[in-house]
Amino acid sequence: MATAHAAHDDHHADPTGWRRYVYSTNHKDIGTMYLWFSIMAGVVGGILSVLMRMELQEPGIQIFHGLAQMVYGVGADAALDNGKHMFNSFVTAHGLIMVFFMIMPAMIGGFGNWFVPLMIGAPDMAFPRMNNISFWLLVPAFTLLLISMFVEGPAGMHGAGTGWTVYAPLSTSAHPGPSVDFAILSLHIAGASSILGAINFITTIFNMRAPGMTLHKMPLFVWAVLVTVFLLLLSLPVLAGAITMLLTDRNFGTSFFEASQGGDPVLYQHLFWFFGHPEVYILILPGFGIISHIVSTFSRKPVFGYLGMAYAMVAIGVVGFIVWAHHMYTVGLDADTQAYFVAATMIIAVPTGVKIFSWIATMWGGSIEFRAPMVWAIGFIFLFTVGGVTGVVLANAGVDRSLHDTYYVVAHFHYTMSLGATFAIFAGWYYWFPKIFGYMYSDAIAKLHFWVTFVGVNLIFFPQHFLGLAGMPRRYIDYPEVFAGWNYVSSIGSYISAVGILIFIFGVIQAFSKKVKAADNPWGEGATTLEWTLPSPPPFHQFSTLPVIK
Amino acid sequence: MSDRGDIQRKNKRVAVMALGVSLAMLGAAYASVPLYRIFCQVTGFGGTTQRAEAATGQVLDTEISVRFDANVSDKLSWKFHAGQPTIRVRLGEPTLIHYVATNTATHETTGTAIFNVTPPEAGIYFNKIECFCFTEQTLKAGERAEMPVQFFVDPDILKDPDTRAIKEITLSYSFYPATTKAADKQAAVSTN
Repeated sequence: MATAHAAHDDHHADPTGWRRYVYSTNHKDIGTMYLWFSIMAGVVGGILSVLMRMELQEPGIQIFHGLAQMVYGVGADAALDNGKHMFNSFVTAHGLIMVFFMIMPAMIGGFGNWFVPLMIGAPDMAFPRMNNISFWLLVPAFTLLLISMFVEGPAGMHGAGTGWTVYAPLSTSAHPGPSVDFAILSLHIAGASSILGAINFITTIFNMRAPGMTLHKMPLFVWAVLVTVFLLLLSLPVLAGAITMLLTDRNFGTSFFEASQGGDPVLYQHLFWFFGHPEVYILILPGFGIISHIVSTFSRKPVFGYLGMAYAMVAIGVVGFIVWAHHMYTVGLDADTQAYFVAATMIIAVPTGVKIFSWIATMWGGSIEFRAPMVWAIGFIFLFTVGGVTGVVLANAGVDRSLHDTYYVVAHFHYTMSLGATFAIFAGWYYWFPKIFGYMYSDAIAKLHFWVTFVGVNLIFFPQHFLGLAGMPRRYIDYPEVFAGWNYVSSIGSYISAVGILIFIFGVIQAFSKKVKAADNPWGEGATTLEWTLPSPPPFHQFSTLPVIK
Repeated sequence: MSDRGDIQRKNKRVAVMALGVSLAMLGAAYASVPLYRIFCQVTGFGGTTQRAEAATGQVLDTEISVRFDANVSDKLSWKFHAGQPTIRVRLGEPTLIHYVATNTATHETTGTAIFNVTPPEAGIYFNKIECFCFTEQTLKAGERAEMPVQFFVDPDILKDPDTRAIKEITLSYSFYPATTKAADKQAAVSTN
């Protein structure tokens, strides 16, 4: 598909030291910073989740009253209530961190920045300085979110215990302290960062493609990012509007969501989910792109049904905007409205099925090589399918009546996000690590990382289906004795997954200390996209002479 | 692809268009506030009741029972209850009932009420001819006031497959302390 060509070294002086990163306008350096940022945020969000699982290992309250005494310095008498609220604020922070500061920076900021320009044969992003702003806005956004955990939320307690949805009136009259304001401002800044990034990607993909790189020849990862950034552009401003209304309701006396003054809290839910549902596709679509490349590379076959794959993502993106109320079946929608949202939601299973079956068809009859990225990719396909199937179950308004806000929902979205999206990120990490850093990692450690994580996450989340079906509600610090067994299993799974993260970090350190030089294309003839025609790592500036696509 | 200035101009055009789209979506989020209110008023969504000048005239022999629910915010020291917990009315027949509010505070207080009906599907068929919904109510210390509501249930409720099985409608009022801002908003609603 691509012609090889010489990569030119740069003619002007490259910045060095801290200036290289702080002032960076280079898509590869910015992409690398995004990846490190995402790993760091993922570790923070992961620690929060392990602490929650430690708490939920047994009925009763184990650790959070002690944590509240330790962290917030509250007295023993207030410790229990503070601990309960602290659990809620951990739930909130875990969700927001994983969505906005782990998955999005890794997929879009990290791999997107690195490989969209390389795959379309562009020298850099369209607006390199704006790219720098996009990354550096994330740092204050993350800081604000962390601060929100340590300032007053409800009277006498710390942090925002609102969940990532920040529903009014819990987030307005029930949180008089400034912690929700910090969380809202954090989302504002993270949102601005993503919108600027989205504008940058759209311009890059539309205008900067190498000669001959038509839209229908574009690699699927670029298609995935293109659809994703359109979703960002259309949905994030709605979230920005909704949380701005929350902010003014809280501080400036407006009453958008204040029922006592003629506002409507359900309107907030509509606005939030008009953003929130496309957001979950934003999290997974780049992963779809990554998986397509990996499956094709290690099956040594072009991807099955290229156009179908591309337009399936477009279809998922479009339909994703008209299904939002399936998160709100319990607010009192009439039967016809519910019937519509059930049908529209189930329609999404069709393009998603096209993708799953096309990946399998790509592997069919291929000469499959089970290198680490391929193992992660196959793990992704399995786990995402499990999450997709429970999604179809939850799409039914009648079934959702009994499963709404139970652990079944928690299991469902963790199978798609925590397992699906994260497995896609790790698959991408092991696929592109040699290209990004120029070193080969140990395949054995990467596979050990896979198996430990695979066992761990399934142990966490599969039992949560049973807990949800049995009626255990989510977002509580405590539960009745009857749920103790599967909660114990789930907590053990979370410790195993934490060991998986340690293996991951060990593998990275090991790769950087051994410095085994990676080939330009370590994966052989299956890897056909343009980035493999460049050296590993690629030069600081590439494609001074644009490649020509046949 | 040759001219660098050319590509920069093209890039700017795409970026400006993309920025415009995102600003339009931000505007749409704010526009949804009045649009959603109008949508609720027109369709009776969420149990929004309708206003009518007079009954339509047609009265059926079929009866439906209407319950009256009264709530008051703990920030307003009033006692508030319905004069009658439930009544049976004929479809289409204008009926006058009243709520009773008593100010238990030692000073004058003002409240405004919000209201809806349950099940929400019945909102479009529940017509109020006269009520205290849109006005501030001021009660002196210890004052007791009767607040009338005149309403009728549209006989068309029997023609709608979603609502014809409904045997009972609950009308609910909640009083909150009035603020001038809330009063402005309610006045705006009432002129719609």
